[in-house]
Amino acid sequence: MSTDQMNIGFLPLVDAALPILAQEHGFAEEQGLNLNFIRDISWASVLDRLLYGHTDAAHLLAPLAIATTLGRGRPAKALSVPFVLGLNGNAVTMSHDLADIVAPAGQLGDPVEVGKKLKLEITTRAQAGRRVRFGVVHRYSSHSYKLRYWLAECGIAPDNDVDIVTIAPPFAADALANQEVDGICVGEPWNSVAVERGVGRIVLVTAQIWRRGVEKVLAMPAEKLEEDRDKIERLVRALHFAARHFVDPENWDKNADILARAEYLDGSATLIQRAISDRILLTADSPPVDVPDFMFQYREAANFPWTSQAAWLYSQMLRWDDLEYSADDQLRAEQVFRPNVYRTALKGHDTPMPGANAKLEGSVTDSLPVGSTQGRLTLGANPFFDGRVFDPTDITGYLAKLPK
Amino acid sequence: MRIAVIDENPVRAAIIEDGLAEVGERDVFVISERTGMARAIETIDPDVILIDLGNPSRDMLEEYFAVSRAVSRPIAMFVEQSNEDTIAAAIDAGVSAYIVDGLSQRRIKPILDLAVRRFQAFSRLQTELKEARDALSERTIIDQAKKILIQKRSISEPEAHKLLRDHAMNSNKRMAEVAEAIVTSEQLLGDGL
Repeated sequence: MSTDQMNIGFLPLVDAALPILAQEHGFAEEQGLNLNFIRDISWASVLDRLLYGHTDAAHLLAPLAIATTLGRGRPAKALSVPFVLGLNGNAVTMSHDLADIVAPAGQLGDPVEVGKKLKLEITTRAQAGRRVRFGVVHRYSSHSYKLRYWLAECGIAPDNDVDIVTIAPPFAADALANQEVDGICVGEPWNSVAVERGVGRIVLVTAQIWRRGVEKVLAMPAEKLEEDRDKIERLVRALHFAARHFVDPENWDKNADILARAEYLDGSATLIQRAISDRILLTADSPPVDVPDFMFQYREAANFPWTSQAAWLYSQMLRWDDLEYSADDQLRAEQVFRPNVYRTALKGHDTPMPGANAKLEGSVTDSLPVGSTQGRLTLGANPFFDGRVFDPTDITGYLAKLPK
Repeated sequence: MRIAVIDENPVRAAIIEDGLAEVGERDVFVISERTGMARAIETIDPDVILIDLGNPSRDMLEEYFAVSRAVSRPIAMFVEQSNEDTIAAAIDAGVSAYIVDGLSQRRIKPILDLAVRRFQAFSRLQTELKEARDALSERTIIDQAKKILIQKRSISEPEAHKLLRDHAMNSNKRMAEVAEAIVTSEQLLGDGL
């Protein structure tokens, strides 16, 4: 078989792992692909390269793929997502100053309790003329939406009671160190970098806000998916095998070493190893603690692009950009996720395949066997921290009940 | 023309600044610090911003633009690898202008002008879209008010329209405002339609 070249854009984050490992472990080669990687610092650069054809596919923020398709802030350009690169894997890291007031020492906080104390502290600081300021990686990021979801539910209005600014992941620890912000919501290894530098501590992980929240995706221009359908399906298969390899504890050390290389994350293999093994160093002076499901890259068909997850992101875009609901926009947002491409790419392989393309998000509290067309699929608990359930067929009803 | 160059590398920024010497009437300002960038842009008040596609501050800059129309400016972008297709794609994607291989001095002026024009066209489109949306919701409320008038006063549609318009003119209000007052009071006082 001849080998096809593909250029893949990425940001130096642990959840860029699957395409990198697909190449390094030969899963891409088995599918007749050779992947070249182009690293950037800002998501705007990753997106531009994708739109201009410098890259064929990219590691991208799921909400940014939808915002680009809907033309938020720039002319609309339809993107497609045939594969989810992972769920969660982000954390909220606060300066010691703030963390000591709102969070328990030596363990992760409870989102409700931390929220209560944070609300009090925001009021206290406001009386002294100071505002609490958070950094997120992009306006259209799951980080922004999870942070806002949590704050709002705790009675803190994200657009009025605090400042939320944008900081590229590699600068997040610096911003905390320079006191530009009091807290950051960013992916690994950048929380751990802040912790190791002693400039903050991890207070919450985003998995506590939504246990199965969609995170990075593999994105490409919609027309490219149609043109290169066969090549993209081969890439999906390579990523699937890389995901299975990624979650096997046998491979953690080796994978951490690969990801840490100068051409990829250019970082510490120790910090990366902790993230991929769900063991997180909350403060510089205590041993790492187990944080189950911190990153979720494979089990329970985690890579399946559920259209209901795209719909949830669209609902949050309406909520925070103050847009009016449009059934047409919801459809365009949902169509960014392409479950049928995932299905055809992995048909006949050993991965469980859900029977449906959408589900009630946040509805599973224990575990739930669901209908599947291939293999057996049981979904684990996937709640939002406030217990709300998202029904993609009733976005306006859902939004009416959410605090603003 | 006031040009702001955003580049963290002072050497490269200086080379760009040099290259801009040929662009007729121009003031060039270099911003190399990430902190305080929004303030710097506001103070410089440039006609156009020059930045490299891979600049680490791109996300921050886009966020400033999204939050504040006061800071928002046309962007011209340096891109190291490109061809005709890439340039077309960039322009389609909303980049105001696209500059290849650093600065070819004869090309820079028209490109900067293009940057400004593209940006203005996009801004105008956004404003027109918003106006169209507003007009649409105004028409809906005027139609609702007319329906109430037609039913309550047993008048024709043109009469209802005239009534609304005259009242708006006499009270120096927009028709939509008068219509909204009618619809609101109907909701509060009326027996529903």
